[in-house]
Amino acid sequence: MTEKYNMPDERGHFGPYGGMFVAETLMLPIQELNAAYQQYLDDPDFIAELDADLTHYVGRPSPLYHAERWSRELGGAQIYLKREDLNHTGAHKINNTIGQALLAKRMGKTRIIAETGAGQHGVATATVAARLGLECVIYMGAVDVVRQSLNVYRMKLLGATVVPVESGSKTLKDALNEALRDWVTNVDNTFYIIGTVAGPHPYPAMVRDFQAIIGREARQQCLNQAGRLPDALVACVGGGSNAIGLFYPFIDDRSVKMIGVEAAGDGIETGRHSAPLCAGRPGVLHGNRTYLMEDDDGEIIETHSISAGLDYPGVGPEHAWLKDTGRAEYVNITDSEAMEGFHALTCMEGIIPALESSHAMAYTMKLAPTMSKDEIIIVCLSGRGDKDMQTIAQREGIEL
Amino acid sequence: MSRLAATFEALSKSGRKALVPFITAGDPRPDFTLPMMHAMVEAGVDVIELGVPFSDPMADGPVIQRASERALDHKMSLRRTLAIATEFRKTNQHTPVVLMGYVNPIEAMGYEDFANAAQRAEIDGVLTVDLPPEEAEECVALLKARDIDPIFLLAPNSTDERIKKMDAAGSGYIYYVSLKGVTGAGHLNTADVETKLNQIKANTRLPVAIGFGVKDAQTAKTVANLGDGVVVGSALISKIEANLDDPERAKTEIVELLVAMRQAMDN
Repeated sequence: MTEKYNMPDERGHFGPYGGMFVAETLMLPIQELNAAYQQYLDDPDFIAELDADLTHYVGRPSPLYHAERWSRELGGAQIYLKREDLNHTGAHKINNTIGQALLAKRMGKTRIIAETGAGQHGVATATVAARLGLECVIYMGAVDVVRQSLNVYRMKLLGATVVPVESGSKTLKDALNEALRDWVTNVDNTFYIIGTVAGPHPYPAMVRDFQAIIGREARQQCLNQAGRLPDALVACVGGGSNAIGLFYPFIDDRSVKMIGVEAAGDGIETGRHSAPLCAGRPGVLHGNRTYLMEDDDGEIIETHSISAGLDYPGVGPEHAWLKDTGRAEYVNITDSEAMEGFHALTCMEGIIPALESSHAMAYTMKLAPTMSKDEIIIVCLSGRGDKDMQTIAQREGIEL
Repeated sequence: MSRLAATFEALSKSGRKALVPFITAGDPRPDFTLPMMHAMVEAGVDVIELGVPFSDPMADGPVIQRASERALDHKMSLRRTLAIATEFRKTNQHTPVVLMGYVNPIEAMGYEDFANAAQRAEIDGVLTVDLPPEEAEECVALLKARDIDPIFLLAPNSTDERIKKMDAAGSGYIYYVSLKGVTGAGHLNTADVETKLNQIKANTRLPVAIGFGVKDAQTAKTVANLGDGVVVGSALISKIEANLDDPERAKTEIVELLVAMRQAMDN
């Protein structure tokens, strides 16, 4: 295949996926957003401002770290970690919130809203809102408010209002519903910063483009440090923003395998999981068509994962397309396996990963030994694990 | 001529406006809906919007969200909603029934199977909140081929271009969402609605039913005068919610409110 990858089409479709499935009131705002995004995408002033912020505020480029000890221990491929955990606020989420907040400022919006699951996107949004002096409201499922209380406190310190969402399953999907309801009510002054590659067009493409810095850097760093492209990329997939950010700049490098790791929760066979690509089917939710966890009647079903950031019944539409076309492969890792990945990286390399990223680590432990010592895997270490100390201690029966 | 077109034409000839109630199928219980539909017809309504419950009703306020949750707790679904409509049609051949909901239950059934099932149930119109004309081509073609009216929403920020798009894609009537927000929210501004209706009427010949923010007989009358019909939903469902232990009482209160609206609109 020589044709360059060029998705989505002008209406936001990745094959049958993506699109703009929104109520009429949101049609104008998403069209305005798309126009502004297309305008600034190629605007040298905007790019310069974004680059300066990513360098001096976020701390980019993030290192590509060769985990030599862990690679040796696993006895196979050389493992390189893309250290998004070292970004300001501790995860990849800020790459996107910086970009969208700068866009909001240029569009003259004074109020920022966002949804959050694990709280990382909420913190990253509250952070940029504080810096730009914008009003900020974060919607968070009531269940997540409890299991991620540290991040709730961080958001409040940053001046954001955190609204616990009590409807539905009280997790990320319900926070997204509530944020959409806020947006539809306050469209005139409000910019909705979606945290993942979901939502109606242009969000999946726009968030991807802001996150693609992960893959652009990693590709160049790998060429510099190892003298060649990697053989495989591994990243966890909830909505899928860190994964698409890593994958996208490699899509036309056909020799590079791309592997997304979904959350299998208690195990796919138990039905208690968050793995729509592995075990769901296509449908429409939150403005786009993609793989979903739903029942036979098309009602969205409850998901389960130890990691709040992966606890979502949908997935970015571009991942659905990459799955169907076979360009990327999607696998799954249970809660218990993720815990093994968490401990392995912590003990072997002295790096405490987020529970989300631990899913990617756990799959790497399976994959690396099947590869040869001169092959390379780049794993996205999407966030640091500090926020998860409570959850992990509790799971292991330790009182803090 | 479709049942909806005939209904709006007859109303127009007699100088009256359509009263269009919305209830969620299966709320508070599946056996409540069919008798409630007949009672609403008795109360003088012209078209019934039957809500298909969905787990993630993004455009709805808390009242209709909870109605959806109650209905889903009783395993209400698109299939069972169609079954209720089928029963209704056995004894009522004149009142148009419009299904209103979100697209995912329809996707799960499959567009063609859904269109066939809706035809068998003698459904008159389908209003899918999150299926704008841009994404609706396949669904609209299947519905129109079966003489079912696809009904689209317009909002306060809809442009001339979009109004023309709804006019081309839709039939039956247009549902004008009178305020920016979710169902059951706020108070509508009559002057704003009037201005917008002039813009809409300049771009479509379809009847326009106005909804969102209609709470009582007075607002129903005011709003009815601005368009061709008035949609009332959350105000009715609030009666169900206030009488969860006594559905018969909820039914009586809904009928009383609709009768009061009918009288206010006709005088």
